[in-house]
Amino acid sequence: MTTAPVLKRREFLKTGAAGGTALVVAFHLPSSAFAAAQDQEKKTPNPLNAWVRITPDNRVTLILGKSEMGQGAMTALPMILAEELYLDWKQVNVEQARTDPKIYDHGTGGSGSVAGSWLPLRRAGAAAREMLITAAAQHWNVSRDTCKAQNGGVLHGARNQFLTYGELVGDASKLPVPDLNTVPLKNSDDFTIVGHDRKRFEAAAKSTGAAKFGIDSRMPGMEYAVIARCPVFGGKVAKFDAAKAKAVPGVRDVISIDAVGQGGFTSGGVVVLANNSWAAIQGRKALNITWDEGPNAGESSESLRKHFIENAAKPGKVVRNEGDADGALSSASKKIEVAYELPFAPHACMEPMNCTVYIRPDGAEAWVPTQAPQWAQGVIAQVSGLPPEKVIVHTTLMGGGFGRRYQADFVMEAAQVAKVISRPVQVLWTREDDMQHDFYRPASYHKMQGAVDTRGKVAAWKHFQSSTSIAAVWDKNGKEKPEASEFGTAAFIPYETPNFRVEYALANSSVPRAWWRSVEHSSSGFVVESFVDELAAAAGVDPLKFRLQLIGDARKIPDFTNPKQGKPLDTARLKGVLQLAAEKAEWGSPAATGKPLPKGVARGIAGYYSFESYTAAVAEVSVEKGEVRVRRIVYAVDCGRPVNPSGVVAQVESAAVYALSAMMKDAITIDRGRVQQANFNDYDMPRMSDMPKIEVHLVMSKEDPTGIGEPGLPVVAPAVGNAIFAATGKRLRRFPIRAQDLA
Amino acid sequence: MATTFILNGESQTVDVSPDMPLLWVLRDTLNMTGTKFGCGMALCGACTVHLNGEMTRSCITPISAVAGKKVTTIEGLSANGSHPVQQAWIAEDVPQCGYCQSGQIMSAVALLAKKPNPTDADIDDFMSGNICRCGTYQRIRKAIHRAAATPAGQAKSA
Repeated sequence: MTTAPVLKRREFLKTGAAGGTALVVAFHLPSSAFAAAQDQEKKTPNPLNAWVRITPDNRVTLILGKSEMGQGAMTALPMILAEELYLDWKQVNVEQARTDPKIYDHGTGGSGSVAGSWLPLRRAGAAAREMLITAAAQHWNVSRDTCKAQNGGVLHGARNQFLTYGELVGDASKLPVPDLNTVPLKNSDDFTIVGHDRKRFEAAAKSTGAAKFGIDSRMPGMEYAVIARCPVFGGKVAKFDAAKAKAVPGVRDVISIDAVGQGGFTSGGVVVLANNSWAAIQGRKALNITWDEGPNAGESSESLRKHFIENAAKPGKVVRNEGDADGALSSASKKIEVAYELPFAPHACMEPMNCTVYIRPDGAEAWVPTQAPQWAQGVIAQVSGLPPEKVIVHTTLMGGGFGRRYQADFVMEAAQVAKVISRPVQVLWTREDDMQHDFYRPASYHKMQGAVDTRGKVAAWKHFQSSTSIAAVWDKNGKEKPEASEFGTAAFIPYETPNFRVEYALANSSVPRAWWRSVEHSSSGFVVESFVDELAAAAGVDPLKFRLQLIGDARKIPDFTNPKQGKPLDTARLKGVLQLAAEKAEWGSPAATGKPLPKGVARGIAGYYSFESYTAAVAEVSVEKGEVRVRRIVYAVDCGRPVNPSGVVAQVESAAVYALSAMMKDAITIDRGRVQQANFNDYDMPRMSDMPKIEVHLVMSKEDPTGIGEPGLPVVAPAVGNAIFAATGKRLRRFPIRAQDLA
Repeated sequence: MATTFILNGESQTVDVSPDMPLLWVLRDTLNMTGTKFGCGMALCGACTVHLNGEMTRSCITPISAVAGKKVTTIEGLSANGSHPVQQAWIAEDVPQCGYCQSGQIMSAVALLAKKPNPTDADIDDFMSGNICRCGTYQRIRKAIHRAAATPAGQAKSA
């Protein structure tokens, strides 16, 4: 048996989510961007090494400091560098940065890659450009003012002389690095790369089988391992018999590893080691294990729901209180009270979790499909006892991240195994492992109470939530506020009301939870945009008109969840996307537009602010005998200046399908302390035949770029739910969508 | 036990258990990692190859069923991504994470071999065995129509 040290929380925060002092704050863009720029000032690595490598024959390699998980960072971030460097994109190659948290802000998540890299990369690219210009001017013995960067080189106007970057880089890289705070940035009117569609850099590799994912890592002498983990959360091995497993051809050994960390960090288990993946999987089937199921074997979705409802019957902890919502509700003539429920949701990355690690006495090397290479490095360092500088972490391409790959559990397990066997090992997860040992989107229950007055205004809005909080997973000492990770924009809604109250009650659960694409906004978007729609119906006002009226005049609403660094909600921009989506979807009665909807088809609308971006969607659905078909989703998106517009559109299309995957077919349910779903037979995903037509309209803003990986998601469930109401008069209040709820 | 088959036009002999799925023979024995593991139950399509020209989920195909037959993997479609379906994928900027795309492309090639001018309903029927978690379905559909429209778009698998 091997025992790995428990990862203390302080170390986790140091090596974990980039920059922040609390998990949720770390994902607020300004703090991480600010930290990255500050760090650059302190150490200022030479940009001609850290970000741009140029060979004498003028081939340029741009370094990618974030993970590429399909969201397009490998294209968009180099575009920013290439713009400041006046490069010809045809000469650009892109390489993944080595893992070095002193230079790179590696953590990839929170829709923060482009937003957080925008200024730092512009400065780095500009600094490299200025160094190259200086080298050219010195070479020609002319004034810098007569030189300019162009097409991958420097041009001296007066005598029409040109030197390529390749010819200059030797001298340029020896020059002092300009002050990043004052280095001149390219005029955005002159952008030729940023703001123009660019095909994904690695599209060809991903179309030929050449692209290598984490699970494709191969090392000489590498072993394959699969781990038998207790299906009940918090359980462990009581005893096991490996005799039959060891008899499977190809199996070399069976060991066990302990659980590590607090709560749902890793579960430990029995490890089957073999010379190929199949033998390891077959060997695991032949294990005879008796589990000590531990204290959580009684937990179920039913018991959790009971707990939610018990919590909802009592006052919760006050998260926010303006005015007197209870008083206004008690005296209101037209009030509504409804409850929305959201289940646990799985990430279900197409590439199951895996990690390849080799620990030697003098150093370690790992190939990790990770959104957090810095955390992977820290975990391997801790297990191996090596300093982080001796742990080389190669960030590979990955088959989906969606927040799952920010975790280090699958790294920890692999490091524990590698430490014992002293040879390269790939721990791979089967689909069942991945489905049942996830860090799920939390389950939540929302009791909403509201009232409209005779003028069609919202007299009161009261939001009570009970959930299996994300923050509570990582904090057993009670210092984190469990509600901090659960509300998002639901705590600062754009709809004017004098009486606004938000309450929270934690529901304890052994089911591990963490960041799932759009995090708290996946539930808050549904709740807020469904409830405002219900209020609109109560007021007898068109849902779009009602929203626009309540959003009211142009103003900036502070981010209640991050008052110091969060960007305020700009109501004009929110109205902008609502109106643009409505216009493009031809919202309005058939009489207004002259174009009747097909029989049985109805529309719903939703708009939301998340990750500092504004998204709105109109969903068209048809409902037949309770069967819902989503036919079309029309989006309007304002994420600031789009760096790669076609990449932005791809992310919105992607988020729409991801949202549908948590709505239409299945849910994660718990019984006897374990996840009941195992594979795509009991948690089916949207397929080609389920696809609505998706249209995305971008606001070509000139504001600094803000997030786009996630904001497309929160508006889908409410837009669809609101369309279902328009079609049937029935409200969507829980998932998956069930025909019996709509009968 | 030795099993011989034709892989991307070349004879291969492997010495593995006869029940070892073709997927793992490709990935682990032969180091051909272009074909992917997604579910192990033929529910997701990531493992799709062609077996004697037919679309086949390699994760449930034991190597014993492959003896003497022709296997084409994503690596064998073309030397350099020049297959019309691959070219259509690149032109339409289909992949996001890319993990499902080998399987998607192999399924699309098989579809076009059977139906050189597929309708949207044909695409629904044929391609619904391939899951994409990044949601690239709309672009896949467009790429299939694009490949169907090119003169060489009906290239059959090897």
